[in-house]
Amino acid sequence: MGKRKAEPLLWLLFSAGGLAAALLLPVLLVLFGLVFPANWVAAPSYAHALSVARYPLTRIVLLGLCVLALFHWAHRFRYTLYEGLQLQRLSRLIILGCYGGALLGSGFAVYLLFVAL
Amino acid sequence: MSLNYTEFHPRWYRPRMPVFWWVGRRSYFIFVLRELSSVFVAWSVVFLLLLVSAVGQGGKQYQQFLRLSSNPWMLALNVITLVFLVFHAITWFNLAPQAMVIQLRGKRVPRSWVAGAHFSGWAVLSALVAWLILG
Repeated sequence: MGKRKAEPLLWLLFSAGGLAAALLLPVLLVLFGLVFPANWVAAPSYAHALSVARYPLTRIVLLGLCVLALFHWAHRFRYTLYEGLQLQRLSRLIILGCYGGALLGSGFAVYLLFVAL
Repeated sequence: MSLNYTEFHPRWYRPRMPVFWWVGRRSYFIFVLRELSSVFVAWSVVFLLLLVSAVGQGGKQYQQFLRLSSNPWMLALNVITLVFLVFHAITWFNLAPQAMVIQLRGKRVPRSWVAGAHFSGWAVLSALVAWLILG
């Protein structure tokens, strides 16, 4: 796929990922990153966590969130490196690292959510 | 038209920019911070996948994940992550009216409605997720 053709698709993924991340990540991080570790509320029991995680809709939503948020990161971070640190000359390496990383992470997410869970 | 060599070959005007051009001015600095929020979005995904992986492996691994998340360093990292996530969410929703121009009966839906719909959706979804997990 040519550079020009890929750009709108990548932008779309960036945009959808930005929305998904903004809607769902804060509440998840508030709970698992702050409220449960600080013991303000007891963390859910293993049985409850497992049943919520195994619910088909949870798996699909989590996979969508992970994949889109990773591509959001890839696209935005790519331009942060270009503009913030002026690394345009390393463009190929950055593109490979960013989108490659997002693809790899997406693969992991599929495995963890649909095979290992 | 032939391209013959000339002494007066035009050269591009490319002023050199210092690498840290965004440090000097507040608005530039905030712009770069906002761009950097993506790093914390990526970390959140990694953190969630660690949780999913632990849940998939069994009760012992789940408890291990809970212990890991209450490690002071992890807690500090996640609090910073949370600040960046909220920063991302607020700036993203406030920008939504510019990206989405919705017409209703030939009239443009006011910007505040579009932003308001996003913020309400955020609240509803957050409550739903919290209810599902705490339930």
